[in-house]
Amino acid sequence: MIKSVLIFNNHGKPRITKFYQQIDIGTQQALLQEIYSLVSKRPDTACNFLEGSQMLGGKDTRVIYRHYATLYFVFVVDESESELGILDLIQVFVESLDRCFENVCELDLIFHFEEVHHILSEVISGGMVLETNISEIVSAYSEANKLKKRSGAIATISGSGAGAVARDLGANLANTVTSTLQNTLQTTVSATFPTFRRNTGFNT
Amino acid sequence: MFEKSLTDLIRGIRANKKNEQKYIAACLQEIHQEIKSNDPDIKAQAVSKLSYLQMIGYDMSWASFHVVEVMSSPKFSQKLTGYLAATQSFRQDTDVLMLTTNLLKKDLASGNHLEVGIALNGLSHIVTPDLARDLCQDLVSMLSHSRPYVRKKVVLVLYKLFLKFPEALRLSFPRLKERLDDSDPSVICAVVNVICELARKNPKNYLSLAPQLFKLLNTSSNNWMLIKIIKLFGALTPLEPRLAKKLLPPITQQIQTTSAMSLLYECIHTVIIGEMLTSGGNSDALAAMCVSKLKIFLEDPDQNLKYVGLLALSKILPAYPKLVAENRDIILKCIDDHDISIRLRALDLVVGMVNKKNLTDIVKRLMSHLLPSNNNNESSTLPSTLLEPAYRADIINRIIFICSQNSYSNILNFEWYIAVLVDLTYVAGVNVGELLTTQIMDVGVRVKSVRQYCVKAMQRLLSDSSLLENCQFPESNSEVLYAAAWITGEFCSYLETPTDAIGYFVQPGVTKLPHNVQAVYIQSVLKVYAYWANSLSYNWDEDSKQELLRFTEMIKDKISMFCSSTDLEVQERAYNAREIFSIIHQNLSTTHETTFDVENNIYSSTNKSPSIISELYPLFFSYELNPVAPKAQKKVPVPEGLDLDAWINEPLPESENSESEEEEESYGYGYTQKFGGSGDLIFSSGTAIGRRRDRKSSKKGYNSEEDEETKEKVTINSFCI
Repeated sequence: MIKSVLIFNNHGKPRITKFYQQIDIGTQQALLQEIYSLVSKRPDTACNFLEGSQMLGGKDTRVIYRHYATLYFVFVVDESESELGILDLIQVFVESLDRCFENVCELDLIFHFEEVHHILSEVISGGMVLETNISEIVSAYSEANKLKKRSGAIATISGSGAGAVARDLGANLANTVTSTLQNTLQTTVSATFPTFRRNTGFNT
Repeated sequence: MFEKSLTDLIRGIRANKKNEQKYIAACLQEIHQEIKSNDPDIKAQAVSKLSYLQMIGYDMSWASFHVVEVMSSPKFSQKLTGYLAATQSFRQDTDVLMLTTNLLKKDLASGNHLEVGIALNGLSHIVTPDLARDLCQDLVSMLSHSRPYVRKKVVLVLYKLFLKFPEALRLSFPRLKERLDDSDPSVICAVVNVICELARKNPKNYLSLAPQLFKLLNTSSNNWMLIKIIKLFGALTPLEPRLAKKLLPPITQQIQTTSAMSLLYECIHTVIIGEMLTSGGNSDALAAMCVSKLKIFLEDPDQNLKYVGLLALSKILPAYPKLVAENRDIILKCIDDHDISIRLRALDLVVGMVNKKNLTDIVKRLMSHLLPSNNNNESSTLPSTLLEPAYRADIINRIIFICSQNSYSNILNFEWYIAVLVDLTYVAGVNVGELLTTQIMDVGVRVKSVRQYCVKAMQRLLSDSSLLENCQFPESNSEVLYAAAWITGEFCSYLETPTDAIGYFVQPGVTKLPHNVQAVYIQSVLKVYAYWANSLSYNWDEDSKQELLRFTEMIKDKISMFCSSTDLEVQERAYNAREIFSIIHQNLSTTHETTFDVENNIYSSTNKSPSIISELYPLFFSYELNPVAPKAQKKVPVPEGLDLDAWINEPLPESENSESEEEEESYGYGYTQKFGGSGDLIFSSGTAIGRRRDRKSSKKGYNSEEDEETKEKVTINSFCI
């Protein structure tokens, strides 16, 4: 089971928090802070498995993360998940985001947090992996997006213009993401993609 | 329309970094109004803003009812907003959940599969036992929904239902099982996922699925699912040994051919934890193959692969230590890795790999982690975690553990170990004083051959003024002075210059030490003094008498500094000691044991020292302290006819107690005969150390007259302060 998915930036600001177990809001914030403080200390050359969490202690819990440009993607999972598999799953999620937002960057996640949640819900449902095929994920999302527009959405992705700012800054994740993998799970697991780690950081 | 949109809110927060809280408080005020609006758009917008604020730590449980309102909106986008808010904020005890049953029923029956999808995802978060019971039937029938998009979601939601309403499992399992033959790979994958989770709790019940899963293992090319199936078999094979034989060919095949490292890793992992190495016929070949594949992981420059490789090795370690030992060099290299996660995993392995030959080398490597790096370039690349107290304490604990495990069986040279412990005192940088103290005491007492060296090493600690100066910081580990003082006192016969040792005990600043350490200091002063004074008496002459007088005077003064201690134990001991010194001093200066030498017509001292000096010595050193096995007493047969519970003398009436004291004093302090083995190393498991007190005297528990007297003075004095 996946216990939680957290996305936060280099300064520890949460972008998405998803807990698949019901945890009170104070603990959620404390967990976020603890994981941030541990993860942010690690150099990008270190492995993607985090140790030393006090709150998440317990043999059964693993913290697996990836660092893309300005963002950390952190998955908290239990023993039934494959460590290397989860690393790939993070990659699948990020690639899906990249396709849905067309060159995703941190600002996209900030201003479209509902959409990001929606994409995540097409990858993971109730803490279990729902879909690992990126095209399936993307098509489910865009289908829903069309329906949303028809039903008169408050804000649509292309509307809010946050992306434009970021693109000017040239700090989108897309440059870093693309290329490498066609289909992670089918080919290999990967593990490290040094190019993703390029830190083009813009501060938010 | 002046309401802020979600985008406005986010922009506003980013623009008000300095007074973020104030800004959000104002926004929340507006949201409170907006959420009551009759306009569903405004209401949905307010809920959407709340979901965002929930992420950064603002409670939104008060808005639950409005969330349900938005969930029931006919507009798709608003429904999405509502369900998201529910998944983020609802708890098991959220009271409006009971209002959602019909809403969910309606949405699940929707003609639009996307709406169904939203409802299913929402349900996976908010399901309660009641909801599970009421919706169970609906969901089971949805397992044959025309769209795979819905089917895969239903399968996963069912697992959540089982957790809340176990009855549902029985009702739906046959239907769920059918889905293993679904036409859509994602649905099959979802079913495998659910079965894996179920089997984790109760593997036995799912053995019957083995043939179907086995077929999938051979036919599927979905690595994600293969990983899950292989993991599941890892849990099943220990229950059904025949499975192992059947599984070996396909798993071996995967190990040899797969290019996905994750799958390869899980195959090896399953071979290990599924106990397949022991059951198969050609298990040696398989084991060798696993180890050679793991070597690829360990040697890979990718840190992640290295990490999981170590993880797998640590699982092999208990059953196949030899296989792990083959990779010793790589593992030792990993101890020095710059990545803390890898170090810790490697440390786990090292602890299991230690033997007599490599112990010193491994300890040396571990110790080097504690030392500040000499090379400046190197230190800058070291992650800061290495300096963290938790990591340092972990390293030290492991050093002590690997050295002391199995009654120190890996240590060939105890002098080396004492030196390590002393070094640790200085380099630790974290509070491990208690651990070091116990270790030094334990080794010092149990290993006779090391005592001389140990006493010498302890002198170094005692004479170190930096330990004294920093004793108020727990990380200075000045607590080891407890062991240093005790060892010095007990084994003072190894001291070259006992007077120096006494000097260390009463040097300025010792009163700042922890009270328990001070108490040992005072006792040790007495012990060393008794030993030294006694040794003087062998060559007793006027000179030695003068020396003793002078020294006793000095020590009597110095010991007074403990008398004003706030700790009662220290104070009592200090008064005791001072009294003993003043009695001796008085005794020495008043008794002139001289005889008139008639021939030479002069007075000359006799060669006999005052009896008080020779009497002090047996007080502390009558019998040697030796290790005693906790069960040793039982091994001594009780001589025939001896009743240990019978009184030797009839107990005396209370009033006569004081009179009889003098008579029985002789064994008031006595230690029993040397007990236990006298070998150099006595290492029975759990050896206890102790001097047995005389059974009878301890039963009665009285003090000698001298003690009583001092006690009185102490009480008086302590009240005078």
